[in-house]
Amino acid sequence: MASAKEMKSVLFGPIFANNPIALQILGICSALAVTSKMSNTLVMCIALTAVVAASNFFISIIRNHIPSSVRIIVQMTIIASLVIVVDQVLRAYAYEISRELSVFVGLIITNCIVMGRAEAYAMKSTPFMSLLDGIGNGLGYSVVLLVVGFIRELFGSGSLFDVQILPLASEGGWYEPVGLLLMPPSAFFIIGGFIWVLRTFRTEQVEPKE
Amino acid sequence: MEQYINLFIRAIFIENLALSFFLGMCTFLAVSKKVKTAFGLGVAVIVVLGISVPVNNLVYHNILAPGALEWAGFPDADLSFLRFLTFIGVIAALVQILEMTLDKYVPALYNALGIFLPLITVNCAIFGGVSFMVERDYNFGESVVYGIGSGVGWCLAIVALAAVREKLKYADVPDGLRGLGATFMSVGLIGLGFMSFSGVSL
Repeated sequence: MASAKEMKSVLFGPIFANNPIALQILGICSALAVTSKMSNTLVMCIALTAVVAASNFFISIIRNHIPSSVRIIVQMTIIASLVIVVDQVLRAYAYEISRELSVFVGLIITNCIVMGRAEAYAMKSTPFMSLLDGIGNGLGYSVVLLVVGFIRELFGSGSLFDVQILPLASEGGWYEPVGLLLMPPSAFFIIGGFIWVLRTFRTEQVEPKE
Repeated sequence: MEQYINLFIRAIFIENLALSFFLGMCTFLAVSKKVKTAFGLGVAVIVVLGISVPVNNLVYHNILAPGALEWAGFPDADLSFLRFLTFIGVIAALVQILEMTLDKYVPALYNALGIFLPLITVNCAIFGGVSFMVERDYNFGESVVYGIGSGVGWCLAIVALAAVREKLKYADVPDGLRGLGATFMSVGLIGLGFMSFSGVSL
């Protein structure tokens, strides 16, 4: 059984030291378009964390029985089934949010974090450690997404979780929202800035000059 | 006819898969260091999207959609919950078949595309294109146009980014921003440029 210290590093390592988005360049695909509102972002983060953790766990359980020539297909099938479950649950209990997320729930299947962690970690680790690794990577992804969502919703429409924080000028308040933040390209600027801040504090992540 | 041209233009410029829906970002950022490789990958994406969107359209409307199995005697069947699994399977199978066919009959193109073909299976742009096709309820003709158009749009975006990054190599970027950070900013700026196309319609 792995030591407590190792478990801690597997669980919390991906949040800042080895962040899936800022360092491993994984899983940017389906994520950014959902960050213009905090509530959508939060649902997306929970859904992704659940899928990564569960897929890591199940793939790790059967890792010794998967022939390596068909492993990608097996992993895909497991992940796709899990995503179907998540999608059906969202449709049943949070239909409005599921409508707004539209195709992006389905896109968790092709999210590189899920495949990447299954291939890189779950295929050679015990089920419990894989579960922790899945949760850790899900958290790392969630931190970036929630930061982006926070900035975009607070400054783009002056609200958080649909509750008005900054009174808008159009409704008699003083805050003039930054329209740019509601548009897709702003997410890139924010993530670029996030990486910059992260690497200023953790200089070992700075890329060498070519 | 006009509606098809309109859809084509929209798929390339206004609803660009890479720049306004962030699809295929992993490969988009990883394979955009050189214009040449970026173009190779772009062409592969056009081909795969151009085939897989119409094929999945047929599969969806004839097997999975509610009531679609009427021809087989199951008018009440609704298999649409299986669509993620089916689509990803169809895409993986198509890429595999395409790879084998190219290897046998067009070895030159096969060598040019190289490792990009298998990578495309897990490219979100393909899956995203297929999901949008279902979501927006395109018919067969529209799905052909949409598949090719969105592929061309993705190709255009990645070639543009690769060209920018080739020049960016000579720039003096702050330490923390070098590499990934600067790339994100460039993508954002290209995305802003593409946004000026919104509102264009024929």
